[in-house]
Amino acid sequence: MTDAAPEPRKHYLNCEYSVRSWLLTTDHKRIALLYLVSISAFFMLGGILAGLLRLELLTPQADLVQAETYNKLFTMHGITMIFFFLIPSIPAVLGNFLVPMMIGARDLAFPKINLLSWYVYTLGAGFTVVAMVTGGVDTGWTFYTPYSSTYANTNVILTALGVFITGFSSILTGLNFVVTIHKMRAPGLTWFRLPLFIWAHYATSLIMILGTPVIAITILLVALERGLGIGIFDPNLGGDPVLFQHLFWFYSHPAVYIMILPSMGVMSELVACFSRKRIFGYNFVAGSSMAIAILGFLVWGHHMFVSSQSMYAGIIFSLLSFLVAVPSAVKVFNWTATMYKGSIALRTPMLYAFGFVGLFTIGGLTGLFLATLATDVHVHGTYFVVAHFHYIMVGGAIMGYMGGLHFWWPKMTGRLYSDAWGRVAAVILFVGFNLTFLPQFVLGFLGMPRRYHVYPPEFQMLNVLSTAGATILGLGYLIPVLYLLWSLFKGQPAGDNPWGATGLEWQTPSPPPTFNFDKTPVVTEEAYAYDSSSEGHRG
Amino acid sequence: MAEHSSHVAHQFDDSTQQYEASTLGMWAFLLTEIMFFGGLFAGFFVYILGHAQAFAEGSRHLDIALGTVNTVVLLGSSLTMALAVRSAQQGHRNGQLLFLGLTVILGSVFLGIKGLEYAHKFAQHLVPGPGFRMEGPHAQSAQLFFSFYFAMTGVHALHMVVGIGLLAWLFVNAWRGKYTEAYFTPVEVSGLYWHFVDVVWIFLFPTLYLVARHG
Amino acid sequence: MWPQVPQALRLIPEQASTVAGQVDALFLFLVAVTVFFSGLIFLLVLVFAIKYRRRSEAERPKAIHGSLLLEAFWTVVPLGIGLVIFVWGAYLYFVISRPPAAAMEVYVVGKQWMWKLQHPTGQREINELHIPLHRPVKLTMTSEDVIHSFYVPAFRVKADVVPGKYTSVWFEATKAGEYHLFCSEYCGTSHAVMGGRIVAMEPAEYERWLAGGVGEESLPAAGEKLFGRLGCNTCHRSDGSGRGPSLVGKFGRTEKLTSGETIAVDESYLRESILNPQAKIVAGYPPIMPTFKGLVTEDQLVQILAYLKSLKTDGQAKP
Repeated sequence: MTDAAPEPRKHYLNCEYSVRSWLLTTDHKRIALLYLVSISAFFMLGGILAGLLRLELLTPQADLVQAETYNKLFTMHGITMIFFFLIPSIPAVLGNFLVPMMIGARDLAFPKINLLSWYVYTLGAGFTVVAMVTGGVDTGWTFYTPYSSTYANTNVILTALGVFITGFSSILTGLNFVVTIHKMRAPGLTWFRLPLFIWAHYATSLIMILGTPVIAITILLVALERGLGIGIFDPNLGGDPVLFQHLFWFYSHPAVYIMILPSMGVMSELVACFSRKRIFGYNFVAGSSMAIAILGFLVWGHHMFVSSQSMYAGIIFSLLSFLVAVPSAVKVFNWTATMYKGSIALRTPMLYAFGFVGLFTIGGLTGLFLATLATDVHVHGTYFVVAHFHYIMVGGAIMGYMGGLHFWWPKMTGRLYSDAWGRVAAVILFVGFNLTFLPQFVLGFLGMPRRYHVYPPEFQMLNVLSTAGATILGLGYLIPVLYLLWSLFKGQPAGDNPWGATGLEWQTPSPPPTFNFDKTPVVTEEAYAYDSSSEGHRG
Repeated sequence: MAEHSSHVAHQFDDSTQQYEASTLGMWAFLLTEIMFFGGLFAGFFVYILGHAQAFAEGSRHLDIALGTVNTVVLLGSSLTMALAVRSAQQGHRNGQLLFLGLTVILGSVFLGIKGLEYAHKFAQHLVPGPGFRMEGPHAQSAQLFFSFYFAMTGVHALHMVVGIGLLAWLFVNAWRGKYTEAYFTPVEVSGLYWHFVDVVWIFLFPTLYLVARHG
Repeated sequence: MWPQVPQALRLIPEQASTVAGQVDALFLFLVAVTVFFSGLIFLLVLVFAIKYRRRSEAERPKAIHGSLLLEAFWTVVPLGIGLVIFVWGAYLYFVISRPPAAAMEVYVVGKQWMWKLQHPTGQREINELHIPLHRPVKLTMTSEDVIHSFYVPAFRVKADVVPGKYTSVWFEATKAGEYHLFCSEYCGTSHAVMGGRIVAMEPAEYERWLAGGVGEESLPAAGEKLFGRLGCNTCHRSDGSGRGPSLVGKFGRTEKLTSGETIAVDESYLRESILNPQAKIVAGYPPIMPTFKGLVTEDQLVQILAYLKSLKTDGQAKP
């Protein structure tokens, strides 16, 4: 592309520049970018909150902040990261951008509802931010009753309202994806020819649709109890505070699969492209996404083994939790097998994929400690749990998100970033992450409970290691912000398909035109047809 | 690119795809509503197990006559809604206006009767909270019953209000002649929603007014 | 078994109870499984990344669709290992959850932000619990306000403490020493300081500690006093001649209620009957018992419970 060209090609970014054209867009690609900005802002907020927590934990005493403030910090860190970053992240950014393109459609089924979902997200986020700056909330992101419903004197209702509203954003996105994937696939694109990214988002959307309403009603009940004094969770009025936990975890356990399944979808795309090979066991990887979605609804009681839940219920939930671990293991084995006799290129997205495979494996296996009844009794409510879920959420979900962002960045922006810097940042992230969270497994087994701003002095060394790691981790997140932003101004033009990947999204120019395809593609091959003589061209 | 008539949105290939997508979308949305109400029903059933007598007492304070009338009204409104959808499918503007209008009226009657019931409960001090007063030994647990009663019928009523708003918007569009044999999807999809809200009541009424009563 | 490692370098807490070693063995097995599989995956990925690294952009590796045999293998094997771990964990969990019959009972009331403990002999402790070695101790616990959790890492036991019901945890200390007691369910501002210590002592030393306490009356004795002072004995006469049932020997039995259901007479039922007497009435008795809600504290309830539990069929209270 030379400067002497008469007129730059029109695409979704430059077709219109006004603020109105962005805020009232119905183009799924622009909405994806709106979400990118929002979730990045909340990620930074969540990260700053985490930084403050780790700073305080450098010493056994409360010297940076007092108890009340610390309790608000960890609550808000959890709420921000889960509801305003992790749950939307891949679906709302990469899913929105890619689902229509990967299936050969011009947009999602309901573009206006897509835009609505972003506004709903923003409204909910607004309420939550107001709650944070006008005093904060200190119930923990888990809002356990009766503390949250009766005893806390912080902005519980306001925060609950914010989370309630944002939940609808999730539901709307899920609805859109399910209908789009069912009804708008290009001719010839049968279910078993779909990219695994689509399967993952389909399974995720099912969870979003079925699970989110339950937490919506649960939060509503807590707000009603707090505001009107009704006694559904109040033992003084005959209520049962543990009922809250059942209702809460019925959503919040499947929610963790909302956070990891899309990342697994990204993984399939990355491993296939950078091994230049079909995903080994495609049917099993697709099926495992569905199995995780279904089984994920049956295990919520494993958060409640010591809650006074019956011993027999505990045994059933433990057994089911072991079952739900198997499909995830199957995926990891299939990705590894895909690399066998492949053509492995160690570009930035692939490094993130490697990070995912390793860290998700550790995270998933440490989940077994928690699924095992006898060991869970010891480590429930300790830093072991904190380490476990950060391995999955950061080592797994966020690595997948970063890998996906780096993979599709050229498609979304039309620009290449510095692969060298990308790889440096990925390695820094990996090192920083492990230094932050590996010591926490030990801390948990030693007995350090979570949500403690002060602790016995013998735990200090491990806490210092963890905080040191957090600093490196922060650096690992900062560097991509810099070179990705830089690429927008100075990056090389990307071309249609810089990675030589298969997939309909790579058949379009980068950035793509507003309606994605000049004519609807026709699909005649399986996904990841890397061994065809052409470079995976279809349609 | 296919020639699009004015009512087929740009992302769809043709009106069949649009119709199928819209219908599937509404069914999926109704699934979320089942989970939403399901949470409330689940909580209710957990509590009735341990507080059967208290819930029976509470249930006996509900006006079964008004509840029955409301059930008939709502069922009637589902009939008029189905007729409205049929009129839309046939492109009969007058039928659409008549039946949409009747549905709105019947829905409003339902809400009015519900409001009457709520007013009665206020007067009888049966609203949960500091002002709750009920005679008999089971007052404390009965308050739980009323918490569920108000939460469940309140959320249902909210859905009715949204439904009536939806129908009013449909009425305006029908007036403008928007719905014909070629394009009636919004009416049909709204019909699905309306029937669903009716079905929820079909579960609510026996659960709160009839089953609980017998302890 | 483990060498004396300085506290700051410890990787595992003290093993100070009968189950600690067993829990650690299971934990170690899980660590081995984790290290093995993570190591395996790390190794495979590393080897493949090097051995099959892309040497030219024109490479087109042959597609391998999959292998049913491999899928079966790596589904069944992890499932099998998982089931082994599950069974082991469930078995140990049974042990952890069921206190032996002759356990020494201690009553615990948790509240924001302290632990109140009462020995059956009457000693009261705040944030501390003295116990003898080699004797099973069962804690019956409730909360006055929000959910807390009673956690002793050295014993490897934990149980939530919930308002409105009794929960329990048991342990048998095997090593003398002082061990952390933590609250491990977030309960508000001072959650992190709501802790203390368990002091495990040689039996002889424990007896000396007990005797050294300022003549507190035993829990059952205190409970008996309350039973009289609150007027319970006017209706609940031990010969059954009152308007309410005799409570002698009732703890641990099953009773039939007016609703037709049967119920086990445990701590929770007794507590409920005092605070909400109309909820579950034994068949054949009128619903006339007044409520004592607001008239008894959780500490007093525990004393009454201890008294009622001590009533054997000969009508004599245990000292």
